[in-house]
Amino acid sequence: MEISIAPLNLLAIAPQIVVSVTALVVLLVGLFLPEEHRGRIAWPSLAGVLIAAGLLYYLWDRNDLTLSAMLRTDGYSLFLNLIILIAAALAILFSVDYAGRVRLPRTEYYSLLLLSTTGMMLMTAAVNLITLFLALEMLSIALYVLVGLNRAEQRSGEAAIKYLVLGAFSSGFLLYGMALVYGQVGSMALDDVRVHLLSTGSQSPVLLWLGLGLMLIGFGFKVALVPFHMWTPDVYQGAPTSVTAFMSAGTKVAGFAALGRVTLVAFSGLQNVWIWVLAVLAALTMTIGNLAALRQTNLKRMLAYSSIAHAGYVLVGLTAANRTGLDAVFFYLFIYAFMNTGAFAVLIAAHRLGSSPVAGENLDDLAGLAEHRPWLAAAMALLMFSLTGVPPLAGFLGKLYLFSAAVEAGLIWLAILGVLNSVVSAYYYLRVVVTMYMRDKKGAEVVPAPLCPALQLGIAVAAIATVFWGLWPASILNLVTITTRSFFGG
Amino acid sequence: MNQPGFPLLSIVLFVPLVGAVLVLLLRNNRAAAKAGALTVTGLELILIGVLWGFFDRHQAGLQFVDRLVWIEPLGISYLVGVDGVSLWFLFLTAFLCPVAVASSWRFLDSLPKADASWFLFFLLVLETGVLGVFAAADLVLFYLFWEAVLIPAYFLIGRWGGGRRVYAAVKFFLYTMAGSVLMLVALISLAVLHVQHTGVWTFDLTALVDLPIPWFAQLWLFLAFALAFAVKAPLWPLHTWLPDAYGESPAPVTILLAGILSKMGVYGLIRFCLPLFPDAVAFIRPWIWLLAVIGILYGSLVALSQRDMKQLVAYASLAHMNLIVAGVLAANAQGIQGALLQSVSHGLTIGILFLLVDLLEVRRGTRLIAEYGGLWKNMPRFGSLFLIVIMASIGLPGLSGFPGEFTLLVGIFQESTASAIFATVGIVLGAWYMLNLFRQTFTGPLERAENRAMPDLKRREAALILPAVVLMFVIGIVPNLILKPTHPTVDHLLNLAQERRVVWWDESGRYAWLDPNQP
Repeated sequence: MEISIAPLNLLAIAPQIVVSVTALVVLLVGLFLPEEHRGRIAWPSLAGVLIAAGLLYYLWDRNDLTLSAMLRTDGYSLFLNLIILIAAALAILFSVDYAGRVRLPRTEYYSLLLLSTTGMMLMTAAVNLITLFLALEMLSIALYVLVGLNRAEQRSGEAAIKYLVLGAFSSGFLLYGMALVYGQVGSMALDDVRVHLLSTGSQSPVLLWLGLGLMLIGFGFKVALVPFHMWTPDVYQGAPTSVTAFMSAGTKVAGFAALGRVTLVAFSGLQNVWIWVLAVLAALTMTIGNLAALRQTNLKRMLAYSSIAHAGYVLVGLTAANRTGLDAVFFYLFIYAFMNTGAFAVLIAAHRLGSSPVAGENLDDLAGLAEHRPWLAAAMALLMFSLTGVPPLAGFLGKLYLFSAAVEAGLIWLAILGVLNSVVSAYYYLRVVVTMYMRDKKGAEVVPAPLCPALQLGIAVAAIATVFWGLWPASILNLVTITTRSFFGG
Repeated sequence: MNQPGFPLLSIVLFVPLVGAVLVLLLRNNRAAAKAGALTVTGLELILIGVLWGFFDRHQAGLQFVDRLVWIEPLGISYLVGVDGVSLWFLFLTAFLCPVAVASSWRFLDSLPKADASWFLFFLLVLETGVLGVFAAADLVLFYLFWEAVLIPAYFLIGRWGGGRRVYAAVKFFLYTMAGSVLMLVALISLAVLHVQHTGVWTFDLTALVDLPIPWFAQLWLFLAFALAFAVKAPLWPLHTWLPDAYGESPAPVTILLAGILSKMGVYGLIRFCLPLFPDAVAFIRPWIWLLAVIGILYGSLVALSQRDMKQLVAYASLAHMNLIVAGVLAANAQGIQGALLQSVSHGLTIGILFLLVDLLEVRRGTRLIAEYGGLWKNMPRFGSLFLIVIMASIGLPGLSGFPGEFTLLVGIFQESTASAIFATVGIVLGAWYMLNLFRQTFTGPLERAENRAMPDLKRREAALILPAVVLMFVIGIVPNLILKPTHPTVDHLLNLAQERRVVWWDESGRYAWLDPNQP
């Protein structure tokens, strides 16, 4: 008998390996650095992320199944990993000053950030329910700790507990769903599920329907779809802002990656069913997210609800279930990573300018920002307009793309609901601009604090990205369309 | 074709944007920033003059076309062009912008240096945005400019306006955006319809006008487009943002809002609604006429009862714009040409009226009509200019308002006698409130000491106003100057609409909308 061991194609997952090794190296190096120098750990972390991004470029045209068909390195995972790495790089830039100032244990902080990134990057490549689950847990557990890392803040711990309990709960749903699918199909591989469904068609047994439903609930928790979003505002508010910035972008990318593979690949046979489930979820998520954001005066909570709403927009593209839709999802996630992390970064900057531990979190903290920090205010205004979807910024093109996909798929009502939601969102995004540009600073005097150059660089990159990809989207859209063409096998 | 060998139109579009950046770089030198902004807007006017020189007035289609693929997978391109319809809107924009910049001189001196630069920056960005709206021939590009105009307008109102500026700015932004977003879905739907027919994504208007659009789709697409244009124009009862936005804006911004931003709605109706949805236009226009007639009468009556002269002019503008909208929907040559002519005339007269009102306010510190009286005695030159502009506005023969209103009424009369009659009543009311304004401010005894101290028109102010006044005379005396170049395009537009109507509109087609599958 011949025992065949599948060759380990480690090159295909080299980016993930680089990031995880960096995480371990960072952890070790931190041991030997005195406390006051640990801020420097940011730079090797950033280097690891950038090297991984370079490897993505090297791997670009691949379509490799590796680790016994557990992971697939294709355009789909490579592009989404690029977004995750961008979010991670930005988060590291934002943390350079912030992590020290709020006294986070920096060695663990950067290490966990990178481990969470690794989990996300594995999740985009996972083509087996087992790896999908492992990757999800890897990113989640690292995030549970990161959320609660600010031990001086009571809310941070509270947020961590909440996230942990609800996250574990949702993992239970996900796992149960996977078990049911396995019970029916007899395999954990997404391709096997697809093949099984092709043979049974819509006559498929109730176990699969139930399995898909439970998995959707699990993913719904992770990407914060209504009605599984309850944890989001508390966790986003309590977590250190740099962690919020990172998780608001990264987790969503990873979650949508998995959701995309599960729906578009594994359960493509049940498409006519899950389209309606996703459409309803998208409608609820956009609407409730935006309506709830209207009432917030705490900016972190407001952005939390806004990120819920944006998950709804992205889901519109997935619901369309056509190539335009996947194009739109990719493009939107790409620019969303800049817009959202950038907005949180401005809050970090505002925190620096205030004196209280929660400075920069309330709307009033931004009053008169245009007077003493004109460029910071201008960047925030650009990000807000882009999140609203006002042309010529990138957020507009993203929405145009998403809604085009929806109309093409015959879901005009979803597109109409989407644009109406944009109007609702304009109200609370504009309120930020109004506060910065049209209200005077009252009460506390202005702290003439210099901003950390890394933070400034990060914010500038985010703001310029919203302008640049609003005007010259071709560069990124070419990548996107090549990716989706290979995904749909066209 | 006598087209230039370089992308003239694109240069025209982006010169103000370059100027905006330039002005921002000069933010430590107020005088240089002001001079820079004025130079750029002046240069823009010259460029439009050059464009006019190259313009072939016998050609119906788009000229000066620049095309660049922008978003390939969705078939979106940077596609701009000028035809007889857009020519005069471009001209009006280029003409009013230097006036607005020059009229902001004193206002700018009251601002901190950096603020003054930012004000001019947004003003110039606004100019590019509006020019883009009038030149875009790709639906997404059009929408992009259309919405992008909101950002500078929002800052101009909200940061430098009067007491309730924040409220006015947010209301303006939300109102206009709410009106426009359905247009976004509608234009996507048009493109998807094109995909279903031909398999190709495109947002190119010249391709989409060949698309057969089912009757039911026409109906809701038209409503979605028309809503956006009706808010912008604004058509009654979608005007409630107008008194706030016009009232709270600083004068230069009011000039632009009333003079050119409102024309974006008229332009959209002519450019998109008439050729794309002729059946829907024919079906729905009685209702729009009804609204427009209410708007004309309502605007006039409210203007009559105003004590604040800026608000009076704002409501007068509302009445006039509703008349123009009514004329567009007559969908005949007179109606459309009247709308074009009157748009130019209205832009000039209302812009200059807001400017004159602002000059009075600056001199006296109030906008209440009752505070004035007898100004003619110490401000005869100011008064005579004021009178000329008012006469142009109410349509005295020999001035620009007359040929415009007359052609409009002829156009409306052919399609709906009742609307034309009510519109005429509105014009009479217009004469009443305008002359009332003049009577209360300039005639009568000069009683108050503050009024006696008011200086007459200064040379610089005269230089600002006189070109527009000359233009009012020119248009009033030789309206064909404006009308001639528009002939071929308007004819082409109407033919297009007529051809498309023949396909989809017959005797039984009137009821076909009950069945969405009917062609």
